[in-house]
Amino acid sequence: MKLQYMHLKEVNDPLIFLEGVKDVGFNEVVEIEMADGSMRHGQVIEIKGDSVGIQVFEGTEGISLENTKTSFKGRSMHVGLSKEVLGRIFSGTGEPIDGLGPLFIDEYRDINGLPLNPVSRVYPRNYINTGISSIDALTTLIRGQKLPIFSGAGMPHDELAMQIVRQARIAEDAGESDKFGVVFAAMGVKNDVADFFKRSLEEAGVLDRVVMYLNLSNDPVIERILTPRTALTTAEYLAYEHDMHILVIMTDITFYSEALREFSSSKGEIPGRKGFPGYLYSDLASLFERAGIVKGKGGSVTQIPILSMPNDDITHPIPDLTGYITEGQIVLSRDLHQKGLYPPIATLPSLSRLMKDGIGSGYTRDDHKALTDQLFSSYSHVQEARSLASVIGEDELSDTDKKYIRFGEFFENNFVNQGPEVNRSIEDTLDLGWALLSLLPREELDRVDSEVLDEFYNSQEAYERFNIKEKSLVRELGQKGE
Amino acid sequence: MQNDTIHSINGPVITVKDTDTFALMEMVYVGEDRLLGEVVSMTREATVIQVYESTSGLKPGEPVTSSGESMSIDLGPGILKNIFDGIGRPLRDIAEATGAFITAGSQGNTIDENKLWPVRIKVSKNDTLKHGDVYATVQETDLIEHRLMVPRGKGGKVVYTADDGDHKARTTMVKLEDRDGFVHELSLIQRWPIKTARPVTKRLDTAKPLVTGQRVIDTLFPITKGGAAAIPGGFGSGKTMTQHQLAKWCDADIIVFVGCGERGNEMTQALEEFSELIDPKSGKPLTDRTVLIANTSNMPVAAREASIYTGVTIAEYYRDMGYHVAMMADSTSRWAEALREISGRLEEMPAEEGFPPYLSSRLSQFYERAGYYETLNHKTGSITIVGAVSPQGADFSEPVTQNTKRFIHAFWALDKQLAYERHYPAVNWNESYSEYVNQLSNWYSENVDEEFLDHRQQIVKLLNEENKLQEIVKLIGSSLLPDDQKLILEISKLIRKGFLQQNAFHDFDSYVTLEKQMKMMDVILYLYHEADKIVDRGIAFRLITQTDIFNKLTKMKYEIPNDDMDMFDDYYDLVDNALSDIK
Repeated sequence: MKLQYMHLKEVNDPLIFLEGVKDVGFNEVVEIEMADGSMRHGQVIEIKGDSVGIQVFEGTEGISLENTKTSFKGRSMHVGLSKEVLGRIFSGTGEPIDGLGPLFIDEYRDINGLPLNPVSRVYPRNYINTGISSIDALTTLIRGQKLPIFSGAGMPHDELAMQIVRQARIAEDAGESDKFGVVFAAMGVKNDVADFFKRSLEEAGVLDRVVMYLNLSNDPVIERILTPRTALTTAEYLAYEHDMHILVIMTDITFYSEALREFSSSKGEIPGRKGFPGYLYSDLASLFERAGIVKGKGGSVTQIPILSMPNDDITHPIPDLTGYITEGQIVLSRDLHQKGLYPPIATLPSLSRLMKDGIGSGYTRDDHKALTDQLFSSYSHVQEARSLASVIGEDELSDTDKKYIRFGEFFENNFVNQGPEVNRSIEDTLDLGWALLSLLPREELDRVDSEVLDEFYNSQEAYERFNIKEKSLVRELGQKGE
Repeated sequence: MQNDTIHSINGPVITVKDTDTFALMEMVYVGEDRLLGEVVSMTREATVIQVYESTSGLKPGEPVTSSGESMSIDLGPGILKNIFDGIGRPLRDIAEATGAFITAGSQGNTIDENKLWPVRIKVSKNDTLKHGDVYATVQETDLIEHRLMVPRGKGGKVVYTADDGDHKARTTMVKLEDRDGFVHELSLIQRWPIKTARPVTKRLDTAKPLVTGQRVIDTLFPITKGGAAAIPGGFGSGKTMTQHQLAKWCDADIIVFVGCGERGNEMTQALEEFSELIDPKSGKPLTDRTVLIANTSNMPVAAREASIYTGVTIAEYYRDMGYHVAMMADSTSRWAEALREISGRLEEMPAEEGFPPYLSSRLSQFYERAGYYETLNHKTGSITIVGAVSPQGADFSEPVTQNTKRFIHAFWALDKQLAYERHYPAVNWNESYSEYVNQLSNWYSENVDEEFLDHRQQIVKLLNEENKLQEIVKLIGSSLLPDDQKLILEISKLIRKGFLQQNAFHDFDSYVTLEKQMKMMDVILYLYHEADKIVDRGIAFRLITQTDIFNKLTKMKYEIPNDDMDMFDDYYDLVDNALSDIK
């Protein structure tokens, strides 16, 4: 028989405080029965003797000091799971909201998870072929990695995430396709964004392999803090109990962090940068670190968090701290987006930390690393040439720099730009990369061993492929500048 | 004994009311699961304790018991090749006991008490020993002989010695009788409080470099054995990569690598890579000299604060045996943030950017444990500390970077722009510095080449001139510059791409001997001086670049192995041949 506590000592949205409470554990789950019989849920976040502070997930609206009955459940926040979660839609706390009735539950799991022992991890090495050149060649996604998309308002990060889901699935070995699954966590995004994902997943024919946890922008803010944890617990369950390869898409980390800030300031905590709590790093890490592969288990958890940078500012605390935790980032560029290129992936600031061990012979192709290094190096020289051109005019550039400018255009228009429906094989992507590099003078390719160049450098073929003449590389540009 | 119980809980911070049982900094056991904690502040009414593990499920009224000592770890054979969490529990044992995920209250001894170690007793009856003297040795790994030293507060005449042979760690090896007739029993294990520096005889001047095989460090910004360096850089600029390279290649005897608040996969990678790599000198795996400490970013934050101290205490323990230890801390910013988080929970008044006012003194206490020492047993040993700093928004003016700068003498600033170009190591040559160059000048002259520092100076000067010229180039382009300045630009490009840039994945280039570094500089400068003569005679610089000699020298780092210095002769010939056509 569980005790019910009547009355409250204090209400301070989203927190309530009780007095005279006994035998309650830290982080314990609380049920609050309202006067009309409806239930709300909360969690113990502070204990001082017999006084207890509780955060209410659904908000404290309508709660008065007199009209509630509070009972403690004797355990921390858990979510009920079974393999039947696939194809279902839940609220952020794990309640079914798709009208298909309650879930048959195999086991309950603590949504906070536990830190994975580094000695029990498998270092991720298997690359995921996304069919997107900028990702496969330059920021290769590895199974078990956490690779966020840094975007901004109005940019096609959702489309990109969906294209990855669609094409990564197709690249999956046919016999293994029933081992593939998607866990989708919406945190504070609008209804139409959630609908877009639902529709696209349906069109891709994978809806029965998807679990959705939705906390939309009009849902309770505190529930937003639970949503990714519930989703990741599900992902871990499917990956490590049912040997599935799970791709977790979490959108939007910025809204999540803002919910955390709201919660922190209501607790009266000392704020850090831009009002975010000092533990934002640890808190985000407790989400992102749940990506990985466990020794002896067949599945994996790969994360693609989506993060809209406030004001496109990559030094804002949210993208900044995220970048320090995740294993790289895919950065979208407003400039490329406005040029009409899709996907508008900004090559230079994008990075995949795990790719160095997941590419090359045995994984992608022997020449992959050389190509990547040279593309980065050459494209960064393009930026220098462009900034010089903006001062002195393109006419005054040296012939070499003019070639760089043209290379930059071809690279953006043919390599980065690819369209939402195009699925390029890794061979096509790498060959395209070499063809583009072959537009540059061979002596400019200083990152590549001579033997590799002998095999892949072929300027004649490249000119034919892009239908240009060598001289025109320089001359046309000169004329254009006049 | 008083019955102390938990009164309040707020994240990792708990309080006990109305007690005088505990001492400040004392280690305590919290709750039924006996979670480890540390007393951080005390008033007559309330004792505040930070808990090193997750407090989820903890209830008021659960017991808090005293341990009678401050936060300490066991030291003894078996530390090397191992991986520990922030408070010294072996992660492999925890994985065996509780599975892949770490539960709160996991137990584990730092030193395996059941393993048999081949002990050789080094003293005989009636010898008189004092604190720090070696009484026995154990071949801990193929590379390292573990020397067992008399712990603090013990000493006297040897009245018993065990036989040489295999013994367990808790077995008494030696008994000492002190002047008061008290008998001390020494086993293979001793305890040490992690926040206290271990004593030494004296501090010595540092005049030997820690050779890392990384050109930009050894040549431009060297560090001494016993020095302290910081690697600041935004995310993705290669801090961890650089630290891994140092841990793999530097010529220290022992490596202590602390992953403090960083990624789990990186620790797994370090575990895998270090065991695959073979030490070129001994032919043994690098793990034989390495100990890893992992507090990944999702592990409890209070243990993050402890992890740095655990690491440096282990480093000091091996230093006391007479070894040169290099400690990498990745990243000290996470440690500082752990201080900030705990400080916030304690409701202390914050200073700059929410960091506690004692940030600076804590950093100095840590970096001051680096140094070159004469140990208590009159050997020499050193601790070199290399701390990564992760500045918020890659802005070096933030408090952790600024405060760290006051206590280190080598500053390897990583540059995002270089990382974008995939120029690794992305150490920016204009912002970085090393104050150890003068201390090392004699060593370089005697052990590498008399001209080493002169060459270094020339390289620095050229890079500096290039930096100024680039300002002009940004405005007018390079084509309008006079030929001698074009030469500086071209030779600097060669220095940047052919010398400073180093490929960690290339067999010849991952580690480069000082001799090869010297020769590379020499060839590059030879080209510079010869070309300069030609330009002086008014011959068009264009003719020199057309010979492709600059590109050939850029690739010399990949062509010449560390053990074939004669191959450099070919490159002098290449320069001569290329230029003779023009002359």
